[in-house]
Amino acid sequence: MLFYREDELSFLDNPLLNKSTAMNHDDIKSNVLTTTLESAINWGRKNSLWPMPFGTACCGIEFMAVLAARTDISRFGAEAIRFSPRQSDLLIVAGRISIKMMPVLIRIYEQMPEPKWVISMGACASTGGVFDTYSVIQGVDQFIPVDVYVPGCPPRPEGVVEGLMKLQDLVGKEKLSDYSLAQTK
Amino acid sequence: MTRVTEQPLETDKMVLNFGPQHPATHGTLRIIMELEGETVTKATPEIGYLHSGFEKLGEDLDFNQYITITDRMNYLSPLCNNVAYALAAEKLIGIEVSKRTEYIRVLMCELSRIADHLLNVGMLAVDLGAMTAFLYGFKLREDIYDLFEIATGTRLTTSYTLVGGLMRDIPEGYDKAVLKVLDEVDEVASDIETLLNKNRIWQDRTKNIGIISKDDAISYGISGPMARAAGIEWDIRVNEPYSRYDEFDFDVAIALNGDVFDRYLVRMEEIRQSIKICQQSLEKMPSGDVIVDPGLGYSLPPKNEVYNSIEGLIYHFEVTMPNRGMTPPVGEAYVPSESPNGELGFYIVSDGNRTPYRVRTRPPSLINYSIFSKLIEGHMLSDAPAILGSINIIAGELDR
Amino acid sequence: MPTATILSKIKERLPAAVLDITEFAGEKILHVKGQHILTVLSALKDDGFNFLADLTAIDNLTLGGFDRFAVSYHLLSHKTAERVTVKAYISEEKPSLPSVESLWKTADWQEREVFDLYGIKFEGHPNLIRIMNPDDYDGYPLRKDYPRLGRKERGDFPVIDRHIQKKKRLE
Repeated sequence: MLFYREDELSFLDNPLLNKSTAMNHDDIKSNVLTTTLESAINWGRKNSLWPMPFGTACCGIEFMAVLAARTDISRFGAEAIRFSPRQSDLLIVAGRISIKMMPVLIRIYEQMPEPKWVISMGACASTGGVFDTYSVIQGVDQFIPVDVYVPGCPPRPEGVVEGLMKLQDLVGKEKLSDYSLAQTK
Repeated sequence: MTRVTEQPLETDKMVLNFGPQHPATHGTLRIIMELEGETVTKATPEIGYLHSGFEKLGEDLDFNQYITITDRMNYLSPLCNNVAYALAAEKLIGIEVSKRTEYIRVLMCELSRIADHLLNVGMLAVDLGAMTAFLYGFKLREDIYDLFEIATGTRLTTSYTLVGGLMRDIPEGYDKAVLKVLDEVDEVASDIETLLNKNRIWQDRTKNIGIISKDDAISYGISGPMARAAGIEWDIRVNEPYSRYDEFDFDVAIALNGDVFDRYLVRMEEIRQSIKICQQSLEKMPSGDVIVDPGLGYSLPPKNEVYNSIEGLIYHFEVTMPNRGMTPPVGEAYVPSESPNGELGFYIVSDGNRTPYRVRTRPPSLINYSIFSKLIEGHMLSDAPAILGSINIIAGELDR
Repeated sequence: MPTATILSKIKERLPAAVLDITEFAGEKILHVKGQHILTVLSALKDDGFNFLADLTAIDNLTLGGFDRFAVSYHLLSHKTAERVTVKAYISEEKPSLPSVESLWKTADWQEREVFDLYGIKFEGHPNLIRIMNPDDYDGYPLRKDYPRLGRKERGDFPVIDRHIQKKKRLE
């Protein structure tokens, strides 16, 4: 309800503000969108994943190629590369992780705030790759929960983009009740 | 009324941890710096965050299988590593390769050198704030990746050479594609030089930073563009030529001051000289086979012979089956080659079995990095990314 | 002076140190006893081999040779563009030899790497600690009797619990 003083009513004569056209049902359908809170939040989250590249080896160079001009990750909203874990929500483990580096990775993962997702890029982060030796962790998923695995040595940039799109599908299906603390034991 | 007495300011040293997860450390480096204000008084680098046991793997893998591992060392220019390992294995066994193989190896090495230097200059620029050079360089690297993909099948981890030759020949029309990309390289190199050479900010941040003297360079074992920027006239392609480099006509870039600006200039000039070498290699490319006779028992035969003739199948099995394999002589060989970082050499010791007894890479990144703690003393904290970027540390080669 | 003459002169001057001079694939190799390596390398450095290109070690457990461990030095002479390899032999009971860090500063990190991977100690080294493996690592990985898959260090990390339950949702 709008309340005006008598002498202010002259603006209502403005032809652009033709108050005789109320919005009818068809106008509402084409101009107003109803959705659930969950879908809106998931839509916002999946289209603005801010990656934190944990690039150690050759996959790091391919990840730089994903950021560069030909395969452009900014069309997915993910161009804001944050090298600080506190400001990002997607950890991309790109490259082999050695036993000296694993405590660093665990610390960085713990520093990221919820919600957070992990993409394990390349064969070495997923399973150890070619390096079945005394000092390479045979798969980061033994210690950190991983959402999407992108195989390849190194994966093509198009492969990384497909992994990102799969992660976007996963994020779109999440429920808000997943993150509620009532779930914990 | 209270009296205010002046006390002298008490200062203390601050210990700052730079890395191992840091955008300006290329890969996984950690430097523990002691600062007094903004000036660095002592820097202790710590490495080993990517140690993967390459040398232990080499004792379990075949001579031909290890070539796939050498790709992952210097992953900015993997073809140079493949060529260096193949040279060492061929010297140990005593094989001579054909002239066409050597010309194609030279072409691939020089294309990798262009790609490596472009990325290095781009990363140095990004660390100092100039993003455009990185994007130009990366766009051109994508074109060079396309060339590698036509010849070898993949972009980054190529595994192109074999003991005794190459995996496959370059296709028809390859020279036209390469010449087109080389013209673009020339333009992009000129663009980057226009952006950076006379730029006041660039010169302030790179001139007189991290000066290496000639004696220091020899004592610390520096090689490659870093040594040439300090005035040492040593380029393995010219002084100890391998793979027929003495048949090519090119100049070697030497600078006199030894600071970060000189290293950048030497690398840009090396890009131009590599363009010359690539063009000469394509003009004078001889015809012939790219693999030595498989009957010797060391090299894999071409795939169409393996699938279509019985001799090809037998030679293939003779080399690859676990209870057979090649029989090299007992001995050792060290062959140095000029990689974009410096002297890359492979030292292979063999005891007559199908796998080497010991494979050692002489890593130019590790040896060049050891001078860092001396270079940074007395400089400010913001000079650390400039010096790190000019050393061109590649973590895969540093830690192996 | 060509390399062969230099090596035979060193053999005449220091007969107690030199074990053998061999040649393979056109390169000369000088085999010496471990304790005398500093005198031999200073003599070679005075004779023109001013650049130490590489420093590494080999475990001769199954290969044979003069002794168990051989530390090999690759030298280069900038004047004559010639290279020579020097191998210093040390035994398993007392794996230590003098450090050449006083001649070339590049030996600093490379000797640390040999200590880390083989357990060979270098007397006179300013800072002999591990460089590649973590500081609390036990064992010397590149020795021939150390397994390639390691001794369970690579599985020894805490498993992170996220404290939320994400239900698996299939299409």
